[in-house]
Formats: sequence, C-alpha cells, structure tokens
Amino acid sequence: MFETLSHLALQEYWWFIVSILGSFLVFLLFVQGGQSLLYSIGKEEPQISMMVNSLGRKWELTFTTLVTFGGAFFASFPLFYSTSFGGAYWLWMLILLTFILQAVSYEFRTKQGNVFGKKTFEWFLFLNGFIGTVSLGVAVATMFTGANFVHNSMNFTSWGNNWHGLEAFANPINLALGLAVFFLSRILAILYFNNTINDNLIRSRNQKQLVVNSILFLLFFLSFIISIWLIDGYAYDEVSGNIFTKPNKYFYNNIEHPLTGILFLCGVLFVLLGLFRSVTCYKTCGGKAIYPVGIGTFLTVLSLFCNLGYNNTVFYPSLISIQSGLTITKASSSHFTLTAMSYVSLLVPFVLAYIIIAWRSLNKKMIDADELNDDTHKY
Amino acid sequence: MDQISVLVEWSRAQFALTAMYHWIFVPLTLGMTYMIAFMETIYVRTGNEEWKRITKFWGKLFGINFAIGVATGIILEFEFGTNWSNYSWFVGDIFGAPLAIEGIMAFFLESTFIAIMFFGWNKVSKKFHLLSTWLVAIGASLSALWILVANAWMQFPTGTVFNPETARNEMIDFWSVLFSPVAVNKFLHTISNGFVVSALFITGVSAWFIIKKREVLFAKRSMLIATTFGLLSSVFLALTGDGSAYHVAQKQPMKLAAMEGLYNGQDGAGLIMIGVINPKKQVGDDRNDYIFKIEIPKMLSLLGYRNANAFVPGIDDLVYGNESKGLISAQEKIERGTVAMETLNQYRLAKQNGDSTTIAKLSVLFDRQTAEGQEFFENYFRYFGYSHLKKPEDIVPNVPLVFYSFHIMVALGFFFIIFFAIMLFFVLKNVVEKRKIWLLLAIWTFPLGFIASQAGWIVAEVGRQPWVIQDLMPVSMAVSQVSASAVQLTFILFAIIFTSLLIAEVSIMNKAIKNGPTEGGK
Repeated sequence: MFETLSHLALQEYWWFIVSILGSFLVFLLFVQGGQSLLYSIGKEEPQISMMVNSLGRKWELTFTTLVTFGGAFFASFPLFYSTSFGGAYWLWMLILLTFILQAVSYEFRTKQGNVFGKKTFEWFLFLNGFIGTVSLGVAVATMFTGANFVHNSMNFTSWGNNWHGLEAFANPINLALGLAVFFLSRILAILYFNNTINDNLIRSRNQKQLVVNSILFLLFFLSFIISIWLIDGYAYDEVSGNIFTKPNKYFYNNIEHPLTGILFLCGVLFVLLGLFRSVTCYKTCGGKAIYPVGIGTFLTVLSLFCNLGYNNTVFYPSLISIQSGLTITKASSSHFTLTAMSYVSLLVPFVLAYIIIAWRSLNKKMIDADELNDDTHKY
Repeated sequence: MDQISVLVEWSRAQFALTAMYHWIFVPLTLGMTYMIAFMETIYVRTGNEEWKRITKFWGKLFGINFAIGVATGIILEFEFGTNWSNYSWFVGDIFGAPLAIEGIMAFFLESTFIAIMFFGWNKVSKKFHLLSTWLVAIGASLSALWILVANAWMQFPTGTVFNPETARNEMIDFWSVLFSPVAVNKFLHTISNGFVVSALFITGVSAWFIIKKREVLFAKRSMLIATTFGLLSSVFLALTGDGSAYHVAQKQPMKLAAMEGLYNGQDGAGLIMIGVINPKKQVGDDRNDYIFKIEIPKMLSLLGYRNANAFVPGIDDLVYGNESKGLISAQEKIERGTVAMETLNQYRLAKQNGDSTTIAKLSVLFDRQTAEGQEFFENYFRYFGYSHLKKPEDIVPNVPLVFYSFHIMVALGFFFIIFFAIMLFFVLKNVVEKRKIWLLLAIWTFPLGFIASQAGWIVAEVGRQPWVIQDLMPVSMAVSQVSASAVQLTFILFAIIFTSLLIAEVSIMNKAIKNGPTEGGK
C-alpha cells in the first residue's frame, strides 16, 4: 500500500502524523495548565486534592504523547531530532527536568513516608505546569523564527553560541508563543475541571480564572500570529533545494496551501466559540466547553505545523547558515523506513479508540469530595 | 585527556547514570505486572476477596515504582538526541523506528490502562479491570521489546546499508532488525531478568511479613506465586544467558574476550569459574592474565562456538591480529577504514562539484549489488568505523569491569535458581514459617537481584566499547557538540534529582510495606 507512494508523499504523510501528535500533545497540556492552577483555584483541601486526582488520571497520557511525539520525530525526521536536541541542549534539558519532577509528583505527593513533604511535590507540579508549557512553546516557535545551528558535510550539528537554546527566550516572538501555550493550557484545564469535578467552590473560582486567562491567551497568541505573518519566512527551491527568505511566507502559506488556512480558520473559530459560550453561559455550557476549545486547539496547532512543513517551507531555519535549514525532504528518513513506519501508523486509530473508551469509563462519574474518602487508589 | 575525550566520558557517564537508575525501577515493573495480573485472575475466577486484597497491595507498590521508572525513561529517549546527536542522525533511520513504535504500540497501552488499573476498581466491571491489568503487563513487555530491539541493533547492526548520498545508514530490512537472533535473545534474557528481580522483591517482602508474624496467609500466597514465577524465570534466564554468550562469541569477540579476561586466544578454551585478573596486565605484554583462577576446561569454546575444541580469540589476537587463525589486526582495519572514509569524501566532493566521471566511478563501490561494491564492502567499508580510532588498542574495553560484572552476574544467576527452588519447596511443604534463616536470606537476596541486573547491563554496554554501534561508529564520533561543562552540570543535576527521588521512593515503599495489605488495599 505505502510502497507505491513517492518519497515526498511519505514525507508529507509523516509530517502530518507528527503534526497530529504535536497537536494532541498541546491539547493534553491541560494537565500542565491545571498543575499551574493548584494554588489559584484549589487553594485549600479538599479542592487541591480533587484537582490533583482529576489531572492525575490523565498525566501519563500527556507524558506518553510527548515521548511518542519525540520518537516519531526521531524515526521520520532524524535530522531535526539530532539538530534540535543536540544543539538546543539547555532548552530541552529544561523541559525534560520539569517532566521528571512531574512524573513522580502525583504518586508521591500524599503517600506516607514522603520525606520531602506534600508541598514540595505540589511545587514540582507547578514548575512543570509553568516552565514545561512555556519552554515547549518557545521550542516550537523556533521552528518559525530559526535557531543557531550549522551542519558540516556529514550533517553533524554545531551550535552558534554557548547558550544552546536558552537564547530562544530572548526572542519576543518565541516568548509570545510560549506564554500563549501556557495560558491556553490553563484555559483547557479550567474547562476540564468543570467537566470532571463536582465542586461549587472550584466552579466559581474557575469562572474568574477563565476570563483572565482567556484575555491573556488571546493577547499572546495574536501577538505571535501577527508577528510570524509579518516576518520574512524561509522557503526552498523544489528543484535545487536552495533555501531563501520570503516576505510574509507564513501568511501566504495559509492561502497557497488551503488545508493550512482552512484548519487555522476552523481551529480559531472553535476556540473562540467555545470560550465565548463558556463565558456567556458558564453555568450550563461551562462543563461542555472543553470539547469545542479542545477541538479548536487541536486544529489550530495542526495548521501551524502544516504551515511549517508544506508548501516548500523550511520547518527549522538556521539563523547562522541559511542552507543548513531543515525541510521535510532534507531531514527525513529513507523511503524504506517511512514506508515501514507508515504501516505502524495504521495502529493510531485503534490507539485513539481505546483511549476514548478508557477515558469515558473513568470519567462517567465526576470527582467529588466523597470519592477521595472511598477505598480507591488516589493521589 | 583532550576536550573531546572529556566530553565523551561525561556524556557516557550521564547516559550510564540515567540508564542505571532507570534499570532499578523497570525490572520491578516488568515482572510485577504479570504477577499482579495472575493474582487478579485468581480473584476474578474464585471471587475470593483475599486475592483482591493481595492484588491491591502489590498494585500499590507497583504504582509507587512505576512513576519513577517513567521519569527516568523519558530522559533516556531524549538523551539520544541531546547527548548523542551525531548518532541520532547517522542511524536515526533504523534506531528511531523502534522508539516510535514503542510509543505508539506500547506506551499508550500502558498509560491508558494503568489509569483503569489504579482508579477503575469501582468504575468498571471486574473483567474489564482484569483485562486492563493484563494489557498493562503486555504493554510493559512490548515497550521492553522495542527498546531492546534498538539496543540489539547497536550490538549487531543488521538489515541496513550505508547510503553515500546522505552519509548515513539506512534500513533495508525491518524484519531482519526485529528478528535478529541478538534481538530475540536480548529481549528474552532481559525480560526474564525483570521477572526474577520482581519475584525476589515479592518473596523478600513476603518473608518480612512472615518473620513479623503479620498477614501470614497473604504472605504465603504471595510467596507461592513469586517463587513459582521466580524459579521458572531464573531457569529461563540461565538458558537465554547461554544464548547471549553464544551470540556475543559470534558477533562481538572482543566483548567475549573481555568477559573472560582472555588475552591470548586458545583452542579449547576453558571457562573461568572464579578468578582474579592481573591488574598490571596490559594489552600485548607477557604478564600472566590472572593472579588466580579456577576454570572448567574447554567450556568457553563449547558455549561460545558449540565445539569444545574451537578457537576463542583473545584480546591480543583481536588487537594485533592472528594470521594462522585468519584474524586481521586492528591497525589493518583502521587503515582499511581510512580508505573507505577517503573514498566517501571523494565521492561527496565529486557530487558537490558535479564531477560525473568520478561519481560514476565511485558510486559502484557503494552499491553492494555489484561485484565491485560487494568486494569494496568486504575489504574496506565494513571497517568504516575504525577510521575514527587513533590506535589499535582503542578497541579494547575496560577488561576488569566487564570481567567482574560478568562473573558476578553469572554466579548470582545460578544462586537465584537454587534459592527459588528451595523457597518454593518450603512453601509447598508449608514449613516456610519455620525456616527463619531462609526467610532472612530472602530479604537480603532482593538487593542481589539488582546487583546481578546492573552487572548484566555493564557487560552489555561497557563490553561494546569503544563502539556505540558495533564496528560502525565509535562513541567519539557519536557525541553531541556541546561543551563538556554543560554535560558535567546536567550530570550533577540528574544525579541529585534521581538520588533524591530514589530516597523518596524507598521511604514511601517502606512505609507502604509496613502498613501492610489492609491499608495497602485502601
């Protein structure tokens, strides 16, 4: 089946798979957003524990998606994996360190014998919620704004400075996307809490937080979008592979590659509609708004990845050696590997199906204070 | 040491630190899930609430351990990129695929159904819960399968060709990578090792309860499952260990020589049972290999080559060559590898300059479908990786570390078989409560499982040095171009974090064990 596809078609297919994983990951960052809200919405017990237990049933899904996103990039576009991870060393280490802290915090937080105390692990969750989301956003933004790498003749990577990725935080466009991801993850978390926790105090605090976070999200997201539409983007010549800059490349991609534009418009509309409904009819719509906002988030992020990967766009530009920039044709695995991996990708719908079944079976009943007192496993 | 050497050593240290911490937790995860699944199956079939209590108690300990295994696991995957970026590009085509498949096929299965395993007791039916527990066990094993396939490929690269256009290795046969004999054996050996460590854990904890005269019925039932599982697994572990040694002999003779501290090759070589290698011994000198040794005659030849009189090459034979046995020297390999590298450089230069005559002349050398290409590969390109070595002695790993790790692992492996057999006998005869010394031994045997397990990984990974991929790529070529000080700092950070988390885990685990199954079930 996949053997008959051209190498370019497989590269485009795999870029789409990676984009889907990335988009799903951003939606699932509601776990991180929720962690950052423990002290502003939870504030005291049992609310904090209800929030932790609600998020705790999903944290591994976010974690797994991050790992699979990395693994899929490694397999399909190994030159990106080696360039970004090996070059932007500190940026990725920062992200990874916060995810290590998160992984143990749910399980250890309230256990007897926890030598570091409950608060320590709640702070670990906060750190992951804040630094993890902002840094991931900054890392993705560098795919638009560029990074300081250069390749030698063997395509081995050197970085142009000793900051190894931390310099990306100094770029306001990168930071805007980082903060947009952070506030978006908080919005998604608020809507997720409304959907899964039955507690009046949390619901009322959610309402206030929703408005504040929505405003901040829109501010940073619009700043990012407008900025990347206005800057010179990086394109490449299909025949020679030569890379050059092109004014407003990321804006025109929405028009020249209609799928990107349509996904973007649909995604933004879904997010805005969901936010509008959740704010204007909070009591009746608040619990369901996670669906339109979640779908909208998925579609918008998908459109951003499509913007980067298609229409002869450089998806990881180099700021110091323009021809070192990465395109899906240059960075990809061989035809054979992409073909073999494509068969594996057929498992994705089954994976999604059992995730949905498991999710629904666990979320049938909302979490309340009583549940924390029964004899089930809890965090 | 030059800058690159310092960077390589710290990068190796960081990866080893992460891997060794990871491997403290993963064996428990691999084995405990199956034993918990067996316990829950008994509960669902019999409806006996005691088995539910047993299942929930071990499930709680499993959960405490699982999280930290996940934490260390994520770092390992990304360290291939952060610390070994050249490697990631050079072989990402082959190595990345198993990692991605691991994510899609195994991690999602584990992470989705573990939520039901922990939180679903009152939310889903008994059968759905049991199914979820089994799926977690299967997911954990599948995860191990794919990462071990990737690791096996590093020991025995197969199903791949070098593409001169991209100057990297590319996969041409997925099934050859998946079902390589090294991969199959490595998976079976490693997973049975996880089963043994888990069985030692459950046996040890159960022994503690029996000594304390608490929850005796619970402890005996747990011990019955664990010792049965442990005995079967440890026998299987020994059999797959034999398979591993056989494959090492065929594919990585230098590793085998280091495992046995064998400097001078022999026909009908003996297997060292106990020995102390001479610390002053250097490659190529005339000092004795051992200060003291007890060996089983001809056994190494028999195990490694299935022939009691077969020649087993020693370290000196592999470094300096042995013409009578058809072994070429490492120096010769370095020279041939250099020819291969220079040919590749000429080809790439010609491509850059559009020199079609040179391209046509050289491209045939990289095509193994042609006679010329096959000859070039056999005589030169197979030694491509050697072109990065400075001197012949660079191909020798740390012999004492590999030798002692190997012998500790083997000795403990045989001890575990005897231990499980005796403990199972006591449990079946219902006299285990009276065997205080054996119960105490059971508690102290648990850490030995970790020692054996870690020793096994030292043999596998240190024994492969200086290669990150056997004969294809040395570690010095694979490392990321970051400063050594950056890696030193992250090493220290990881060491502090992992150690702190280990302390927290041990403390929480101890408390959960002391609370016992009644509280453990709640």
